[in-house]
Amino acid sequence: MRLGVFLSKRLLHSIFVLLGLSILIFIIARVMPGDPARLALGPRAPEWAVQRVRESMYLDKPLYAQYYYWLKDALHGDFGESLVTRRDVATDIKEFLPATMELVLFSGVIMAVFGILLGAISARYSNTWIDNVVRIGSYAGVVTPSFVFAVLFLLIFGYVLHILPSIGRISSGVARPPVITGLITIDGLFTGHFAAVLDALKHLIMPGVALALGGMSQEARITRSSMSDNLRKDYIAAERAQGIPERVINLKYLLKPSLIPTVSILGLDFAALLANAFLVELIFNWPGMSRYGINGMLRKDLNAIIAVIMVMGLVFIVVNILVDLIVAFLDPRIRLGAERSK
Amino acid sequence: MERSAHATFWSRKLEGFGRGWYKFSRNPLSIIGLIAVLLVSFLATFAPFVAPYPKHAGVFVNFAEASQPPSLRHLFGTDVVGRDILSRIFFGFRFSLMLGVVVLTLVVPPGVILGLTAGYFKGTWIDTVIMRITDIFVAVPPLILALAICSVLSPNIFHAMIAVSLMWWPWYTRLVYGLSSSLRNEFFVQAAEVTGASRLHILFKEILPNCLSPIFTKMSLDMGWVILIGASLSFVGLGVQPPKPGLGTMVADGRIYMPDQWWITVFPAFAIMLVVLGFNLLGDGLRDLFAVEEV
Repeated sequence: MRLGVFLSKRLLHSIFVLLGLSILIFIIARVMPGDPARLALGPRAPEWAVQRVRESMYLDKPLYAQYYYWLKDALHGDFGESLVTRRDVATDIKEFLPATMELVLFSGVIMAVFGILLGAISARYSNTWIDNVVRIGSYAGVVTPSFVFAVLFLLIFGYVLHILPSIGRISSGVARPPVITGLITIDGLFTGHFAAVLDALKHLIMPGVALALGGMSQEARITRSSMSDNLRKDYIAAERAQGIPERVINLKYLLKPSLIPTVSILGLDFAALLANAFLVELIFNWPGMSRYGINGMLRKDLNAIIAVIMVMGLVFIVVNILVDLIVAFLDPRIRLGAERSK
Repeated sequence: MERSAHATFWSRKLEGFGRGWYKFSRNPLSIIGLIAVLLVSFLATFAPFVAPYPKHAGVFVNFAEASQPPSLRHLFGTDVVGRDILSRIFFGFRFSLMLGVVVLTLVVPPGVILGLTAGYFKGTWIDTVIMRITDIFVAVPPLILALAICSVLSPNIFHAMIAVSLMWWPWYTRLVYGLSSSLRNEFFVQAAEVTGASRLHILFKEILPNCLSPIFTKMSLDMGWVILIGASLSFVGLGVQPPKPGLGTMVADGRIYMPDQWWITVFPAFAIMLVVLGFNLLGDGLRDLFAVEEV
């Protein structure tokens, strides 16, 4: 029951935030100098054509009316026409979003799994050479922009060693599995196209890891410090005194509470993944929404920019709600605190 | 009498500083960070004097020395039109630091004031309005909104500064909000309220001084992150514009000449890492020094 209240509160808040975000991005897009319609058609287009685009984008109406019409259309899933691809933005996003989601989810799994694993190993063997290697490595990972990783990986594994494909999602000779979710690896597993899955994974490794390393390092650092804090607590000493096996203590009593700060920051790290996907997709020519968004930005394709940012905002909000739920699961104090405040 | 009081004041300050420095310098990483930051600042400030080829920072073409690998003459090699990479990196530091300093100068005062106010008036409509607005701004990663803003304006370093600033203030508001809303229940604040101190006095003389350590720590860490975002904007082509040498711009430009001319890309990439690492280590050192947990 508490969960229902919590969820509905979060949903209301999310709707508010998305509305606010749409107003913000709408204002940003409309204050730009120059005429978006003229920009769309180029300097040599005849005036009547420009006028028609202006009317179709409601540019002849006042700003609040423009926003009203835009919102009305957007709620029906209509984000207008992309000035670059000449298609509905919604169609474009439907086509490009799965590629981005596949990349970001793959990256997110690497980030969480290896981040926590490395952090736990580092805490377990603290002040040994393993710990030092992990700590120095994670420092380097935190301060290196993902586009630098991407470029270096491309140089080393793509160009010099030739062991990984350097662009795209799937090799041209490999048959794509039928589209179910749009995620090639998942669709391939469902339909038995294992060659496609393998090929897609090969394509995912470089961009996925380049994207994940920053957040992974952050997760490793936080897991390590929270585990070593908890390791010094009395309850661990008490459990050791009771003769509970070290392995059980580590996994059951130490790791679980230590993951709370790690998971709490997963939301922020996921945001970083989404943001950096903009650069990484560009580098690996990944046919995703971020590359679409960047190309839209570089060519002032306003409808596309607004839609891409709204979708990003939506994804980010959903992830944050999930993260809050996981934290509540890990931390009984939050659950009980919610009970008590009834 | 007065002179000696004055003297003790300063000797105490000095002693406090000495103790702080001792604590700070105990961690070799903090020292490395400090050295990296000082080095980068020095190179950026005196770039026209310390760069081996100051003219190569702008429009300059010398095809006779184009695309040379690193050598004693050009330590980091030259790019495809014969410009010295090392010199361009020194000038690139200038843009990076300028971006960091300008953004933080624009962002910290309003962010802090809003946070102080919202925290002090926690539970009132002022709190609600301010904090809900920050919710909207943090709903999308700062890089994405900064990219969007840069894209609707004409791309240059000045607009990049504005874009990053517009996205960055809520983080200070959130930090100071947390501090201020707990500090307002402290006895010294209540004492000031009882004695009839004005709200301005309470906000800026009672609460603000107690928020300064976390703010400064965050600023040091943020220098690194802002520079990183700036480099990302430049990398995409929405920040520093060629022929000006932005670090991100240089990485992007060299990309098409990989792997044969790897030095065009790799050295500027390392330069970005050096700057961000420096400010991060320094910020971590400050965090330990001030015993700040919030940032």
